[in-house]
Amino acid sequence: MRIELQKRANTSTLFSILSPLLALALTLVAGAIMFGLLGKSPLGALYIYFVEPLLDVWSLHELAIKAAPLILIAVGLSICFRSNNWNIGAEGQFTIGAITGSILPVLNPEWHSPLILPLMLVMGMIGGALYAGIPALLKTRFNTNEILTSLMLVYIAQLFLDWLVRGPWRDPQGYNFPQTKSFQPEAVLPEILDSGRAHLGIIFALIAAVALWFMMRFMLKGFQVSVLGQSERAGRFAGFSARRMVWFSMLLSGALAGLAGISEVSGSIGHVQPVISPGYGFTAIIVAFLGRLNPLGIIASGFVLALTYLGGEAAQLSLSISDKVSRVFQGLILFFVLSCDTLIHYRIRLIFNPSTAQEGKR
Amino acid sequence: MTFEGVEASPLLSVRGLSKLFGSFAACDAIDLDIGHGEIHALLGENGAGKSTLVKMLFGVLQPTAGTISWEGRPVVIPSPGEARRLGVGMVFQHFSLFEALTVAENIALSLDPRTPLAKIAEETATVSKAYGLPLDPSAHVADLSVGERQRIEIIRALLQNPKLIILDEPTSVLTPQEAERLFETLMRLKAEGRSVLYISHRLEEVQRICDRATVLRHGKVTGDCDPRKETPASLARMMVGTEVAEVQRADAGAFGDVLVEVAKVSVAPRTPFAVSLKDISLKVRAGEVLAIAGVAGNGQSELFDALSGEYPISDDDGIRLRGKPVGRLRINGRRLLGAGFVPEERHGHAAVSALSLSDNLLLARSRSDKKAFLAGGPLSILRRDAILSASRRICSIMDVRKSGDDPAAGSLSGGNLQKFIVGRELDRQPSVLVVNQPTWGVDAGAASRIRQALVDLAKAGSAVIVISQDLDEIFEIATTIAVISDGKLSDPYPAGELTLEQIGLLMGGIHERHSGVETAHAH
Amino acid sequence: MFEAILLTVITASTPLVVAALGELVSQRSGVLNLGVEGMMIMGAVAAFATAQLTGSPYLGILGGIIGGGLFSLLFGFLTLTLVANQVATGLALTILGLGLSGQIGEAFVGMPGVRLQPLVIPVLSDIPFFGRVLFSQDLIFYMSVALVFGISWFLFKSRTGLKMRAIGDNHGSAHALGINVVRTRYLAVLFGGACAGLAGAQLSLVYTPQWVENMTAGRGWIALALVVFASWRPLRVLAGGYLFGAVGIGQLHAQLLAQSGGIAIPSQLLSALPYAATIVVLIIISHNRRTTLINTPASLGKPFVPDR
Repeated sequence: MRIELQKRANTSTLFSILSPLLALALTLVAGAIMFGLLGKSPLGALYIYFVEPLLDVWSLHELAIKAAPLILIAVGLSICFRSNNWNIGAEGQFTIGAITGSILPVLNPEWHSPLILPLMLVMGMIGGALYAGIPALLKTRFNTNEILTSLMLVYIAQLFLDWLVRGPWRDPQGYNFPQTKSFQPEAVLPEILDSGRAHLGIIFALIAAVALWFMMRFMLKGFQVSVLGQSERAGRFAGFSARRMVWFSMLLSGALAGLAGISEVSGSIGHVQPVISPGYGFTAIIVAFLGRLNPLGIIASGFVLALTYLGGEAAQLSLSISDKVSRVFQGLILFFVLSCDTLIHYRIRLIFNPSTAQEGKR
Repeated sequence: MTFEGVEASPLLSVRGLSKLFGSFAACDAIDLDIGHGEIHALLGENGAGKSTLVKMLFGVLQPTAGTISWEGRPVVIPSPGEARRLGVGMVFQHFSLFEALTVAENIALSLDPRTPLAKIAEETATVSKAYGLPLDPSAHVADLSVGERQRIEIIRALLQNPKLIILDEPTSVLTPQEAERLFETLMRLKAEGRSVLYISHRLEEVQRICDRATVLRHGKVTGDCDPRKETPASLARMMVGTEVAEVQRADAGAFGDVLVEVAKVSVAPRTPFAVSLKDISLKVRAGEVLAIAGVAGNGQSELFDALSGEYPISDDDGIRLRGKPVGRLRINGRRLLGAGFVPEERHGHAAVSALSLSDNLLLARSRSDKKAFLAGGPLSILRRDAILSASRRICSIMDVRKSGDDPAAGSLSGGNLQKFIVGRELDRQPSVLVVNQPTWGVDAGAASRIRQALVDLAKAGSAVIVISQDLDEIFEIATTIAVISDGKLSDPYPAGELTLEQIGLLMGGIHERHSGVETAHAH
Repeated sequence: MFEAILLTVITASTPLVVAALGELVSQRSGVLNLGVEGMMIMGAVAAFATAQLTGSPYLGILGGIIGGGLFSLLFGFLTLTLVANQVATGLALTILGLGLSGQIGEAFVGMPGVRLQPLVIPVLSDIPFFGRVLFSQDLIFYMSVALVFGISWFLFKSRTGLKMRAIGDNHGSAHALGINVVRTRYLAVLFGGACAGLAGAQLSLVYTPQWVENMTAGRGWIALALVVFASWRPLRVLAGGYLFGAVGIGQLHAQLLAQSGGIAIPSQLLSALPYAATIVVLIIISHNRRTTLINTPASLGKPFVPDR
């Protein structure tokens, strides 16, 4: 058997909507098989993993807490990816944003002003943007591949955070735990509802997604993003600068990742510690693709991926399956999304006759 | 080499050969016979199905229906390797060469894998000497001229000792003199008893060297004849179907102010594969159509880049538009001064294939038509309805045939997309228009429409620069002709004073007005 | 002392060299596989598990090669058959590999590993200094050296290697000539995966013979940088690999030195050195746009759909 692709004249609208749904369905099937292999009842496990977390208020709040950074980072990345800038170091920008945003509460724990929180958020965004500015500078100035540089910077950021909280920022009264003092109440991101822990982060995420959707849909800037992403040469013909687009997309996504970082630290953790993210920066790449690089789609996919984290925790408790399983799910989703996206641009034909003479088959 | 005894059956015989791409029939029930020692022409416009047909004969594509017989026996040609074993050699139009490899390595790729590279280099040298096609086997292809690259393809085909050689539009990349040498080689092959399938849309060549001609239109055979017994007009009718409107020329002499002036511009190559521009000077006045002829890869795209401002030059005074120095101005700055530009490559340069036509309109005019197309001040909100109605207007004026109201640019045929791209600039009534290869790969109807539009623009008082490889086109529309060769531009000549032969000499790099062209006069 | 340092440098460099060589072959055929990290960690866990279950480190090596190779076929299927974006698919491979290996390796956390013992080559190992450094190594080291020369020969002397370079230069022309682009690329991707798997096996059988989650720690990415650094030439991969390995080992020794000398250099700063060094090297290499343009396989990362 062999698979043959036939290019469609126009991209299929039907499959652009169907593709992410198909991918999710395939992920569930693969998940059922995996649970079966682990000796669990496939349907029961899927229920615990994907449905149970949606049934009580507490976990809905947790869902919003986890979706917030994913959506914030992913909408920024969607602009990068659409303009053909492969920032995969959002995890590092998240970390640096968390650090720069925390400078004020860590160094001035006695400063009780309503100004502190807005300043923290701005500083977090600046930190993330500047850190993303490094690969942007290297790409525009030295033509250095941003994939590798932004990724190397993730490791460096994490080591820097580790050094900070074990060294200069460590709370002397912290029983030798490597973490800072808890933030003063003024420096904590407020909760949005009385019913649970969900904080303003999710509101930031929704605002960012809608704003960037508006930009991509209605503004010349959004048009520039898609033109330069598809053909730098055509962009140059239009008078758009690819170099400035590198800066714009990298700084924007860096700032949003930084905002996600400081929101996470200030909203859900309350202090700085060596590990502040379960890999949000990388998972957001999946979120961006599952949302088909469309900011509104990303809101939905952000919640889906947040659910894989929650499901992983639930599965660990009630099925005694390692929470690594959530990473596997995330990887599978991305694989299936990328496979299904083929349907948007190509018609797929399966050819069964084993004609031996034909070359080019696999 | 002779083929006595099998003369009765033709070398190659094709019956009812069809190729469907989806529901589109690129080739529709084609019949074709090629005799031994015959030079057989395959005539047709771009998109008539010539390339698809030969790809099936060479095993690159598989036919949907029909039979191929070789020396009287029915055969299936599943791959180019099998085609070569039968004795078919192919010289592609867009060379299938590898820039990063050497000449010998390129040739080795299509030969028996057991032949050592050293032996291939040796044979290459022998064959190139025997057929008058000089070539250095150890040279890297990236460093070779277009003519030399074609020699590699021909030698590659010859080394397999083929009975049939297929040449796809071989002269479109050659100077008239290089073409002349190619014809000599073909005659030598014919004398050896080999057959040639010669694909072209140039009637004059076909009448000169071919014994028979098969004419294709829209994938069907519309004529099978002896080209020497036909007139160019009758052949053209078979190719095009209807008579194509003749372009009404602009009258030379009645020119206005100088609108474009380039003074001694030199540009270093931007990439390792680019040509440097050397001391380019030109002037174009209102009402003038300056055509820049030349073989591909002699600095045309670099000149276009400099003129359009996609890559501004360092000397601000080097280029003047309507008297203003613009050398350092970028493309949109030049557009604001009234200039319009049409690049050579449609997909990925002049247009983005996946975007709609209206988006592609905005592509060229987001700055120059800011007032009409954008709202909301610094937010720059797109006025979709205004853009869409302008796009519809262009489509109706230029007769752009499309499916749907605002389809993706990639879904249009080459000719229709090119009409849109040219119309997009004409719609602004530019006072200066620079066009690179305006009708490359475009069907005759669209080509004639585009050429007429360019002439009309000049008549209305604009300055037009047309960079083109197509000499017929140049003679059809130019009032003034200059030739670019190796990044140097010749002096301009009034169109009426130049012959094909003189242009050929200039293309070959002979620039001195008083030696080269005068000698040519002496013929 | 010097000899001991050199031995550790070799151990640290071998996985980089092996993984980069595999990726080099893949990229020479025009496929950009960013999933090296994922294939490497799958190789590491597969090798460790096989060695644990069979008790044989040599079967472990085989397990690593097969693990990495099979995993790369997933990438091949998506990018070559379904023509998915190579960058995104490579990232997916890395994410999935890190997750899957964690899941598989769960059972092996904390277990003492099976160490691959050196193969001392008689006679040659008696040569002073060189004998101990070069001829008393483990099998994977010998394989890495053989791979360097084998791949050099394959790419520049063999006809199949020529075809592979041709595909990497211009897949459309290669197809027109009748070279099977997709099949050749599948083989190149598979070879890249097998090499990454072998590199992973070296980590879990030689470098630190135990299973630790995420034990590749970015080495797959460094191997990618190494391919660019080496401008797609096998011998330069060897040189570059040892340079990167030396930086990694150098920082370890600097840490020890600093500790014993009572100088307070933060360990994190030194740990960050290999990553920082990678960035610096990338800047130096890509700085010259011209050489990058000439050396990069022209069809690298571009999708190919054969028309027929």
